[in-house]
Amino acid sequence: MNIFSWLNAQLLKMKWLWDLVELLVEKVFGLSMDTRLGGSVHFFIYDTIKIFILLSVMIYIISYIQSYFPPERTKKLLGGIKGIKGNVLGALLGILTPFCSCSSIPIFIGFVSAGLPLGATFSFLISSPMIDLASLMLLMSFFGTKIGITYVAVGVVIAIIGGVVIQRLNMEKYVESYVWAAENVDIELDEMTGRDRMEFAKDQVKDIVHRVWPYILIGVGIGAGIHNWIPQSIIERILGQGNPFSVLIATFIGIPIYADIFGTIPIAEALVAKGVGIGTVISFMMGVTTLSLPSLIMLSKVVKPKLLATFIAIVTIGIIIVGYGLNAFTALLI
Amino acid sequence: MNIKILGTGCSKCEKLEKNLNIALKELNMDATIEKVDDLLELVSYGVMSTPGFVVDDEVKSVGKALSVKEIKKMLT
Repeated sequence: MNIFSWLNAQLLKMKWLWDLVELLVEKVFGLSMDTRLGGSVHFFIYDTIKIFILLSVMIYIISYIQSYFPPERTKKLLGGIKGIKGNVLGALLGILTPFCSCSSIPIFIGFVSAGLPLGATFSFLISSPMIDLASLMLLMSFFGTKIGITYVAVGVVIAIIGGVVIQRLNMEKYVESYVWAAENVDIELDEMTGRDRMEFAKDQVKDIVHRVWPYILIGVGIGAGIHNWIPQSIIERILGQGNPFSVLIATFIGIPIYADIFGTIPIAEALVAKGVGIGTVISFMMGVTTLSLPSLIMLSKVVKPKLLATFIAIVTIGIIIVGYGLNAFTALLI
Repeated sequence: MNIKILGTGCSKCEKLEKNLNIALKELNMDATIEKVDDLLELVSYGVMSTPGFVVDDEVKSVGKALSVKEIKKMLT
């Protein structure tokens, strides 16, 4: 075994933790790993600990990087860039900008009032919740490097194309008029010191762990249930490669659900183990993270129904195409 | 002194308000504190990440639950 695959197994996949939890389940709880209960307990404990470790370490590192790109600065970076370049930059900055759904509306108003093209704003709004560096690392840990990179790449493509289409449709008139009335103000922020950034990163970890832990436990619980209690044949019939509607079903189940990538990953993991196609699983994850009832309700305050519907339709179609596309090329990814 | 906290009820905003009250007490200062949750007003200060911390109409910080120490430094 070469040093890289050893590092990957121990650090990202946390083989040591797997072994440790196995010892705990077998020796302390006296449950065999081959029983359903033993397997579920192992899945639950191992996944929960692993996700919390990955979450804390990664949010720290990522927040440090993100402290260089607050939305206030992103707005300035995007200003004055026209055409598809604005969409590309918007999609890429969406990966880096710290973002919680509670600030999507101020960001939307801020970008639009700064005169940024509507398309670039939407590219940003699509990529920001869908992809971030944490999801890249998490996917790499659970499913391997190729799938992690693929998720980010197709996410960026959906964000760029989505923004371009909205731009082409000239939908400016479907933005609520008070958004245009907002005046554009740029603020000068003091440059943060290294210590400020460390402090910021620590706060982000606390804040995010505090916010997402219930979703993680629910996600791991559902994952453990799928893993050991729902028969493979049922899951395969609904979501397996043999069902031509699998991606559609996964996408439409995912859309109304509100959770972030940390809560969805254990479910995705259990589904993949049950033979569900990787494209189907990625569609489910993208549906959950990008579109959700709470975020759509917030967006409906600033755009009129027609633009909202267009946005939902474009993102949904993009996610479905990605799902079927990746299922077709699964052999290259695993 | 007029201090505004711009935000829509996120956990960081509440923490900032709490720390601000402690800081004002420790400094023995008096100020009117205004909580602004109107999104348009928020944007009119150029703030997009909450909470925004505004002292006498000048944005001092965004997106951060400032500590008591930091607030004291900004107010003196």
